[in-house]
Amino acid sequence: MTNLEIYNNAFKEAFEVDEAQLAGLEYQGIAAWDSVGHMNLIALLEDAFDIMMDTDDIIDLSSYEKGKEIMAKYEKNI
Amino acid sequence: MVDYGEILNIPPYSMQREEKHSFLTDILKELSLFHYDNCPEYKRVIDGLGVKLSDITSFCDIPFLPVRLFKEYDLRSVGGENITKTMTSSGTTGQQVSRIYLDKETSANQTKALTKIVGSYIGSTRLPMIILDTSAVVKDRKMFSARGAGILGFQMFGRDKIYALDEAMKLDIEGLSAFLEKHSGEKILLFGFTFMIWQHFYEELKKSGYRPDLSNGILIHGGGWKKLADKKVSQEEFKCLLNEVCGIQQVYDYYGMVEQTGTIYMECECGHLHASIFSDVIVRRPHDFSVCGYGEKGLVEVVSILPASYPGHALLTEDEGVILGEDDCPCGRKGKYFSILGRIKNAEIRGCSDTYADKFR
Repeated sequence: MTNLEIYNNAFKEAFEVDEAQLAGLEYQGIAAWDSVGHMNLIALLEDAFDIMMDTDDIIDLSSYEKGKEIMAKYEKNI
Repeated sequence: MVDYGEILNIPPYSMQREEKHSFLTDILKELSLFHYDNCPEYKRVIDGLGVKLSDITSFCDIPFLPVRLFKEYDLRSVGGENITKTMTSSGTTGQQVSRIYLDKETSANQTKALTKIVGSYIGSTRLPMIILDTSAVVKDRKMFSARGAGILGFQMFGRDKIYALDEAMKLDIEGLSAFLEKHSGEKILLFGFTFMIWQHFYEELKKSGYRPDLSNGILIHGGGWKKLADKKVSQEEFKCLLNEVCGIQQVYDYYGMVEQTGTIYMECECGHLHASIFSDVIVRRPHDFSVCGYGEKGLVEVVSILPASYPGHALLTEDEGVILGEDDCPCGRKGKYFSILGRIKNAEIRGCSDTYADKFR
């Protein structure tokens, strides 16, 4: 799997959304991406990429696009 | 509006008295004016008091609302379509609960402030985390009780978390020992509410004889002391007895409320509660609401720079407290440090820990 596929799968699994809904997706933009959903997403990303994110990055991950920038900090280029 | 992005990056215990005073006055005054323009009920209160907000030169002069007002009125300063989360206070059956309306930004700022405050105590590395509560509390995702909000807020500091209690509030000894085995030798974060910890963790451990090794643990707990004070358990004894059953050494109490989520007051190594730069405590004399001196007991007012979606930036609580000093705690943190002495007589029972404990009478 490519990094993009791993990244997308985490979102799809966390929020039960389709590939087509990912672009532009934002925190609080859909019911499933609330604070509980957010921590689920973080857990899925951390497991899939085998990384541990800083609390600041967890807070900053406010959109699908922003998350890609943050993953780059952990050497996961998407 | 207030630029929270910049502000929340300032180290939370870095400002001395005068600097903090003008910093808070500017922000809280701006917030008051915003709520005045956007919350009709708030405007009525201010007009009724005859206060001219633009003339205010100290945040101590900003009119405070009694916390009870949030039970009786739906107070908010943004349109309903912008509300993403509603938080409710803990209340015993039959008590009316407060409703606090949050928009996206206010809610995000609460999380950020909490992260800065707690992070300054435990560091930025996330730790394996034991939540001394049941996952059932966070089931309803749109409506958070104060208990659920506390748990969710603190989850940010954990990785690989476990709830120590099952849905029937029974201690999951098997799960706990497997978790501790997996993370043996690591620093562990524990979070819970004071009375729940006492009733379902301490008492259960004492009964069962199981002695988990939590000598590497850091416990953060809050939610009210009243019920333990009734049982004649002091803060010192609480720490001591917990240490006896699980070896834990680092135990921090915190003071906070759902009406000002995020800006909590953490206990330091010297046993004092500390105000961060994001909020402050003013103790007032009950007969005329004038400001008490250091060491003088009175009613606690809390101010916080975070409430933007609802007019909860200056609130009179029903707690009694005392300011112990300012800028000179031996722990090195700047700002006021204080103690909470309990609730005023005839106050309602509140607090996550105490309302729950009410069932055990």
